[in-house]
Amino acid sequence: MSYQRRLNPIPRTILYLVVGVFSVACLVPFALIISGSFTDEGEIIRSGFAFVPKKISFASWVLLYHDIQRVINGYIVTVSVTVGGTILSLLITAMMAYPLSVPTLRYRNIIAFFAFFTLIFYGGMVPWYIIVSRVLHLRNTILALILPYTLQPWNMFLLRNFFRTIPKEIAESAKIDGAKEMTIFIRLILPLAKPGLATVGLFIALMYWNDWWLGLMFVENHHLYPVQLLLRAIISNVQFLRSSTAAAIASDASGIIPLEGVKMATGLVTIGPIIFLYPFIQKYFIKGIIIGAVKG
Amino acid sequence: MITSDRISVWRELKRNRTLYLMTLPGILFLFAFNYMPMFGIIVAFKDFNYIDGFFHSPWVGFKNFEFFFKSHDAWIVTRNTLVLNSLFIVSSLVLQIGFALILNEIRNGSFKKITQSFMFFPYFVSWIIVSVFTYNMFHSEYGALNRILVSLGMEPVRWLSSPQYWWWILTAVYDWHWTGFGVIIYLAALSGINPELYEVAEIDGAGKWRQITSISLPLLMPTAVVLTLLAIGKIMICDFGMIYGIIGDNAMLYPTTNVIDTYVYRALRQLGDIGMSAAAGLYQSIVGFILVLGSNLLARRFSKEGALF
Repeated sequence: MSYQRRLNPIPRTILYLVVGVFSVACLVPFALIISGSFTDEGEIIRSGFAFVPKKISFASWVLLYHDIQRVINGYIVTVSVTVGGTILSLLITAMMAYPLSVPTLRYRNIIAFFAFFTLIFYGGMVPWYIIVSRVLHLRNTILALILPYTLQPWNMFLLRNFFRTIPKEIAESAKIDGAKEMTIFIRLILPLAKPGLATVGLFIALMYWNDWWLGLMFVENHHLYPVQLLLRAIISNVQFLRSSTAAAIASDASGIIPLEGVKMATGLVTIGPIIFLYPFIQKYFIKGIIIGAVKG
Repeated sequence: MITSDRISVWRELKRNRTLYLMTLPGILFLFAFNYMPMFGIIVAFKDFNYIDGFFHSPWVGFKNFEFFFKSHDAWIVTRNTLVLNSLFIVSSLVLQIGFALILNEIRNGSFKKITQSFMFFPYFVSWIIVSVFTYNMFHSEYGALNRILVSLGMEPVRWLSSPQYWWWILTAVYDWHWTGFGVIIYLAALSGINPELYEVAEIDGAGKWRQITSISLPLLMPTAVVLTLLAIGKIMICDFGMIYGIIGDNAMLYPTTNVIDTYVYRALRQLGDIGMSAAAGLYQSIVGFILVLGSNLLARRFSKEGALF
């Protein structure tokens, strides 16, 4: 039987309580959002947001439903950016990471340094903005939401560390059998690195899903707004919401347009897929964090 | 001699041309989005306008820097950046190690698993969603916090126009977002400690507290020191998404929440003062670069494998 370190009941209860309370506190804000989206607007204006709605109303959801075209459009942008961006980024990152993991490649450290230097020195937001918008002309294109993030040196090094765990004899013996480098990479290395690719791919996907910075910088056209930026526009600009044709149709029992409630409902809609996927993807992130922390 | 070197360079590139070509797309991306902006720093020394562009805009020497440093803002944004990041570093160190130590003591597997995944969840949430939370927590009229204060018989606070609270609020939000993430790292470090150490300590009569202070904490030190030094290396940079996502353009809160990144953004996008915002950004990059080199030197001295380079 394994050795058990014991703890007295009272301190043990306290520890359980501390962890329990903190972890529930981590979820409390979501309760406010869910409750807010189902609260009668008049009630919010009178007495504010509460953890349990006093007067239930579905007006916010009705309003959101009438305005669903905008949300769907945002979703299309976000999903395209996330799927397209993740595939492109994973491909380019893996193609750069694999050669750097090959110990016989003589100039691998020079290339690694070229990537590494960008982690420690940053040209700054201003020249970056001018280059992307005026030199590469990506403004108001969907590529502006993808390309600036495609190669993240941090992910590249993480993936290189995954590739390094693959025994080098595999590539060497295939080479002796006459296989080309590209064949070795696609047929042997990539399948063996699947867990690593899944982990890094999920980090990339999360980054694209949650991003609104690129949209804020480079997109003025509302049709190219990803959901996060749409949510921001709704929060910070009630005018944006009032301009919606749906606002006139949907108002609650007291005749008030649920402007506060719909912010909460939109928030829930943007986070929905993550809540749904979280139980399945959590372990990949944990693995990635541990590997990334051990050696960057 | 030189020619034979050149030949061998060429031979190496040719022999492994597939491998070198594979790195090329990545190199191009880095060149376009990281290196070109580095050369673009010259705008900090120019009176930049879009018509003349990078090369033909007139040079103004250090005028942009002079303008920035003579403004009161230079001091305010530097102070806010340093204060906020220091609060983030210290509080996250204490909370992450604290919760990792506690979770390490918890033997009930499913309780540990569930609480840990609750703690980790905020990491997956965008800062825009976080701004929805802070909005419904701190809104002066609708906020849940004021509702609680009033029900306790206290005066409501106008949070969104009271800058004095926001260092603490942002620290709380930061820890809410990052504690679960950090706990994973420290728990991994704790699971690497040889259990025999604790067994021997117990036989020698060491209590739980003594085991933590004499075994767990000292063995967590290398991880903690390295992570802290790396964070100090980045102390000039604040998470723009977090600060701007939560504060947005609420000018009432600028006195404590305007950091270098948000200052540069506003100067660029709202004032259109390209030269000065580039100067402020370059000041941040250079001080940041020196700090990264310095802190890495220390991290390296502390633990060879922990250092970034």
